Amino acid sequence: MSDSKSSPRHWVTDHISSLPRSGIRDFFELVNQMDDVISLGIGEPDFVTPWHIREAAIYALNQGFTHYTSNLGDLRLRKAICRYAKERFGVSYDPAHECLVTVGVSEGLDILLRAVLSPGDEVLYPEPGYVSYAPSIRMAYAVPVPVRTSADYDFVVQTADLEAKLTERTRVLLLNYPNNPTGAGLTQEDKRRLADFAIRHDLLVISDEIYEELSYIERSPSLASLPGMKDRTVLLNGMSKSFAMTGFRLGYACGNHEIIEAMMKIHQYSMLCAPSLAQAAALEALQNGAAGREAMREEYEQRRNVMVRRLNAMGLHCFMPRGSFYAFPCIRSTGLTSFEFSKRLLEEKRVAVIPGTAFGESGEGFVRCCYATSMEDIETAMGRMAEFVAGLKG
Amino acid sequence: MLQRNARMALREMAERLDCTEEAVAAAIRELEEEHIIVGYAAVVSEEARADEVRAIIEIEVQPERDTGYDTLAERLAKFPEVRSLYLVSGRYDFQLEIIGHSLQEIASFVAGKLACQPGVKSTATYFMLKKYKESGIQLSKGEKYERLKIVP
Repeated sequence: MSDSKSSPRHWVTDHISSLPRSGIRDFFELVNQMDDVISLGIGEPDFVTPWHIREAAIYALNQGFTHYTSNLGDLRLRKAICRYAKERFGVSYDPAHECLVTVGVSEGLDILLRAVLSPGDEVLYPEPGYVSYAPSIRMAYAVPVPVRTSADYDFVVQTADLEAKLTERTRVLLLNYPNNPTGAGLTQEDKRRLADFAIRHDLLVISDEIYEELSYIERSPSLASLPGMKDRTVLLNGMSKSFAMTGFRLGYACGNHEIIEAMMKIHQYSMLCAPSLAQAAALEALQNGAAGREAMREEYEQRRNVMVRRLNAMGLHCFMPRGSFYAFPCIRSTGLTSFEFSKRLLEEKRVAVIPGTAFGESGEGFVRCCYATSMEDIETAMGRMAEFVAGLKG
Repeated sequence: MLQRNARMALREMAERLDCTEEAVAAAIRELEEEHIIVGYAAVVSEEARADEVRAIIEIEVQPERDTGYDTLAERLAKFPEVRSLYLVSGRYDFQLEIIGHSLQEIASFVAGKLACQPGVKSTATYFMLKKYKESGIQLSKGEKYERLKIVP
């Protein structure tokens, strides 16, 4: 039966089947077939979750904390989140109405986009950007509008470039700083500029600040804390990166009550609530995790210094990342495309990096190297990469 | 960094801190001269020292006029058998860790050298049976966990 009508594929909507496959997935298949690869392609902390947090989850399990929680999330956790947001991001939220606990930032972003976008609405976001943004926007029947960022401006999105992409359908500005994959970060001045732009054009700002605790420049209050911004900004954050809790899948959204309420409608019908054990672990992390978090940040910062120095020394220009755990060196001097570079480096030297194009077309000429891996592996990988680059020139 | 790994190379420290090797060396020298770094030691597993017996000793003492606990503490610390010595709050005053080659050796050290010191009122000896963690280092092999090879 080769008739396409009879193939299970015809049940899948055009809407979904037209989504492109993630560029990372192809690469993943390639890496998975090989042994003894040092991977700089793992976008998650290499630290295992600090013991006191795991222990709190075990205790919660022992205590039978295994039921549904409030749809919004356990109130104690929401209070802790709002306290934390006040202290670390400089913006006050009401735990009863302005905070929603989600299953990672991924769910938070998905339900937020669905809550605020109508079909055909446009979303501006800096590119290179996180791989899920464009598909998530399209799954909300809206239009992703990437705005190129460049190494010339340390990958900070420029107002003029945003202006050039504005149309009457533009509704949302989606930001992710510190940035995956470039490591870019915003200064206070950058934030002011972007806030002015959003206010001037009446845009909702979605600020994905999952890497905020991994900042290596002077921290400044969140965009949401600037005058006129609280009601037009939704903060998305979570436990994954700062507390090494990726597998717990625990995130949160803070923002204006009406938007949170709209998100909550989708969340309650699709997810009910975030896992209660993960919520218990998150509460422990927020209450007692600051020292562990800071120790991990310091270690990442030191690894960043080592990696970036090595990349520049081998002739791959790399801007000093301001945050996250990614270095984003330029590989144009090798004459290879991002994909060729990554594929050959993998095949010839058994080092996995991610081609910049996985993060959008403007990632061409760059690769993403993650330094959330042991210093030993970083040293070895940088050694192999230097040999590879020298071999290309020889 | 040195507290976690005293053997870390100057080059690695310099790269981690984004400064020169000379600057790191100078900083370490200064810490050593100011007696902030007082020594470097290897942490070894129990198997490596199967011929050793360790004990924790609690000592209750009568502090001396003027010098309090310090004179006695300095005297006790001079014994090479004493690995660590702390003045602690609670039921007793000093907590010592002693190393010897046999139970008898430790027993005779306690009786012959510690208990008879002027000012010592009583001692209690606890022989160590197994070591799980020392100097912040867990002695069991590290936890193994798996990560995907590629994550966006």
